[in-house]
Formats: sequence, C-alpha cells, structure tokens
Amino acid sequence: MALIRLSSPHVYKANSTANVMRLVLIATLPGILAMTFFFGWGTLIQIALACTLALAFEAAVLKLRKRPPGFFLSDGSALVTAILLAVAIPPFSAWWVTATGIFFAIVIAKHLYGGLGNNPFNPAMVAYALLLVSFPVEMTRWTSPMTQHGGGWEIAGFIDTLQVIFGSVDAGFYDSFTGATPLDVLKHRGGLTTEELWRQSDVLTNGVGAWYAVSAAWFMGGIFLLSRKIFTWHTPLSMLVALFLTASAFYGFDPDNYVNPVVHLSVGATMLGAFFIATDPVTSATSNKGKMVFGALLGVLIYVIRTWGNYPDAVAFAVLLMNLCAPFIDQYTQPRTYGHNRANRGMKGKNQ
Amino acid sequence: MSVDYRKITLNGLWHNNPALVQLLGLCPLLAVTSSVVNALGLGLASTLVLSSSNLTVSLFRRLVPETVRLPIFVMIIASFVTAIELLMQAFTYELYLILGIFIPLIVTNCVIMGRADAFAAKNPVSASVLDGLMMGVGFTSVLVVLGAIREVLGTGAIFSNMHLLFGENARDWMIVLAEHYEGFLFAILPPGAFVGLGLLIALKNIIDARAEAKRSIAPAPQSSGSKRVRVTG
Repeated sequence: MALIRLSSPHVYKANSTANVMRLVLIATLPGILAMTFFFGWGTLIQIALACTLALAFEAAVLKLRKRPPGFFLSDGSALVTAILLAVAIPPFSAWWVTATGIFFAIVIAKHLYGGLGNNPFNPAMVAYALLLVSFPVEMTRWTSPMTQHGGGWEIAGFIDTLQVIFGSVDAGFYDSFTGATPLDVLKHRGGLTTEELWRQSDVLTNGVGAWYAVSAAWFMGGIFLLSRKIFTWHTPLSMLVALFLTASAFYGFDPDNYVNPVVHLSVGATMLGAFFIATDPVTSATSNKGKMVFGALLGVLIYVIRTWGNYPDAVAFAVLLMNLCAPFIDQYTQPRTYGHNRANRGMKGKNQ
Repeated sequence: MSVDYRKITLNGLWHNNPALVQLLGLCPLLAVTSSVVNALGLGLASTLVLSSSNLTVSLFRRLVPETVRLPIFVMIIASFVTAIELLMQAFTYELYLILGIFIPLIVTNCVIMGRADAFAAKNPVSASVLDGLMMGVGFTSVLVVLGAIREVLGTGAIFSNMHLLFGENARDWMIVLAEHYEGFLFAILPPGAFVGLGLLIALKNIIDARAEAKRSIAPAPQSSGSKRVRVTG
C-alpha cells in the first residue's frame, strides 16, 4: 500500500538474508523489552541461552553437513529462531527445556530438512509444539506479570531467576511467582460466564494489562518490519481480521461462553504470531493472494484450536497445520503471468 | 532350482528389511513400539505368523488357483493369527491386553501378505520358511530397537515390565538409566515413533553408503550385463 508513488528512476538494491534477519532481530526488541519489564529477567536469560545454543548447534550441524559455517552462521537465521522460541516458552523454564527445544528447532526441524529455505515447518514452532506436548508441567508454568502483585513492584530477582533456570528451587517459589495466563483462566472457567470470570479473576482484572502491553510491543515491531518492506501486509492483516471476525461471530451469538474478540487479538501469542511467525517467507504461502488465504485460514484455526482444543493457546499448532497447507495454497494462487489470459492454476498445464 | 539361503537371510535381515526398506507393517511398528516388551511381544507374534503362513502357502502353492489366491492366503493368515491370539491370551494375558487390537490386526500386516504372495507362492517350502523367519526377525529387531530408543528417551529406563513376556523372574530386569528423569513424552507419543523410524532408516542408508564406498574403492568386478543405451531424444 504505497501511498506515495515515486516516479522512475528507481534505485534497486538486492536485500540479503543477513540484512532481513538483522531487521527482524531489531524488530523483536520492543517485545523483548516489554516482556522483561513485565515478567522479569527470565526472558533475557532464556534469549541468551537459546542464542548461544542455537549458534552452537547450527555450527555443529553445518560442520557435519560440510557447509561453510561462517557464511551460514552470519546470516542470523538461527538467532531469529532462537529468539522466537525463547520468547514463546515460559521465562522460568529450566535450561534443559530450552536446550531440547533449540536442538529440535535447529537440528531436526531445520537442518534435517535441508537447512534454511528448505524447511517446510517453522523451526521455532516445531520446537514449541514438541516442548508443549513433552513437558506439559514446565510449559504451562507462566510467570505472573508484575502488575498482578497488587501495587508492589515485585518480580523475581536476577539471581533467583538464574537459580530457577539452571538450578532448582523449592515449589514455593513457583507458587509465588507463576500463575495462570489469561487464556488459561478463560479456558478453565468452571461454570462461570465470561463476565463473571472477568470480575472475579485476579489474572484478568490486574494481570491482563501486561499481556496487552506485550502484544502492543510485538505489534510495534511488526509495523516496523512492514514499513521496511520485510513482508507485505497480506498475511498479518488477513490473519488478524479472520481471527477477529470468527471471534466476533461466536461472541455475538453467545457472549457468556465465548471470549471478546478484542481479547483474542491482544492476549497470548496472537501479535507475535501474526507479525513474526506467520510471515516467515520460507514456510508460508508465496503470492499475495496466497498469503491472504494462508493468513485467513490461520486466523480461523487459531480461534478454533484456542476455543475447543486442549491447550490454552493455539498459534504454534495452527501455524504448523498451515505450513502443511502452504504448498497446496501456492499451487492454486499463482498470479497471472504476462502474456496469459488467466492465471495458471492447480496441476501444471491444466489451464494453459 | 537351487536356493540361495544366505541371500534370503541377508534380504530379510538387512537388504530388504520389511520395516526399514519395504516400509511395510508401519501401523503396528508405530503403534506398539513405546516399550521393548510391547515391541518384542508383537514382533514374536508376527514372526510366528509369518513363518507358519509362509510354510502353509508354500505347501499349497500348486493347488491354489491363481485367481483366488489372495482370499485363500488371507484365510490361512487369519487362522494362524487366531491361533496366536488364543495362545497369547492363554500364556501372556497382560501383554495380550496391552497389545489389544494390534494382535488381530497382524492379519492386515502387509509384510505377511506380501511375503506370502511375492515369495512363498513361488518358492519351495524350505526357502519360504526361512524367508518368513528372517523377514520376521528383521521386522522384530527393528521393532525392538525402536522400542528401546523410545523407552529410554521417554522414561529414562529400559526393559521395564519384561515379566509380561518372560514370567515372574524377569520382573527385575528393568534398568534405570537416569534417576529423577522428568520423562520426555514426545518419544512415547506417535510422533516420536515417526522421528525414530526416520532416523533408523537414515542410519541404515548411511551404513549402506559407507559400505558401498568401501566396496567401490576395491577393484570392482567388470559387469557383464549390457550397457544401457539412451534411445529417446
């Protein structure tokens, strides 16, 4: 949606993978800052740990595959995967949770499929889904945001956080610093209606603000990437609109049992998913029309899995399912090429 | 017609392994390999069915009309599976309960039907029995290896519950490899079986490729067959 039409001559400069990844890394900064502000040091420690491990695994696999490590390590794609996984897992996850996740992301989901550009699934989301399925206790122990500790500025200290991640603490620590996320509360509501829940739950009355702020931060990062033309508006917009419309339809029919569509947009991993995960150029659809289909189906799937699935959030599962559909979408959304009356659709040669 | 027993053995165990090369019988392979004892139990049952059905099919191979051979093979296989099922129910009742539907489903295991039609129906009795046995052993060993990998990764121990198959004194065969292991649920769940099988197939391909490379360094015997000529433009 370029509003200012510039006339020729245009200066053309090829973008490199390293440059794209660097911009993505910059764009994650607001989200990371917001998460650190509200959830404490855990996020930063996880990011440091994940990045170190990701570079180590990447280097090791590249060496095994006899590829030049320097060239591929400096493109930053391993770092982006590491950061996306590190912000997706709970900040207090033990180090071995992160290590298992990074191992699967880099070694299995990325390099066993042929490395960057050949992976059919988003590596960070493969790792997240694996961790969620394998370690349900660790992966659902989210840190309570600082806003929830009634007025006080209480958040686990740096040393304590290190202790949680690399050592062990008594169960009392988890009781005082972790709790349900808004999506958890909205899912396991007992017999309460949404409105009653909203009035009673401390997580929703006090804690949800932190989630809104984190979502806003991811949104800012996404807008930055959009303005730098790292991706087009098609995927994020269609995903958010589809999620909003689906949620509105159910909320409109039955506001007691379904969640407000605005909440769907602003809690959990919606914004992170819309701007940083669904827009992965490797694993999503290619053409603009294809991206719209991809995003819209993704939005609907997120709503469906969130509302009727077993796990509170759904972005990882929805993204993986849509990754699987991306080649199919591509085949049916090829743009019309110059010199042909119609776009070539489906199997080769059908409409030529 | 001379029978190359060595070739049949190697085919079953390695070169034409039902699980790693033919990729047959994946349904039980993926479903029951969550522990060594399950894998071994189903593997032994499949091996028994495979060799006895191969024996029977081979015995009757001249009497069976070509057009109705498949229904007849299925009948033969189904009778053996029923016998095995009753045996397991009698002697290893707990394992029978754990394996559940996968024992009757041995009937539909493509390995058994495949070997009956592709080998036993065309070969003498001794070769067919050996083929069935070796295919079965090859299948079982992959099941057991996969079961061991998944059990170790998933629970941190190996050979648990072996008494289900070997009686009471096998109860303490369990070896705990890692104390306080948190459990890696992924390995126990079906996706773990897919990833594990994929890695095993990759491992076999690597070993084959290494062996091939080693052989090609040694002076290769001149092939006497005709060279392929490209005839189409």
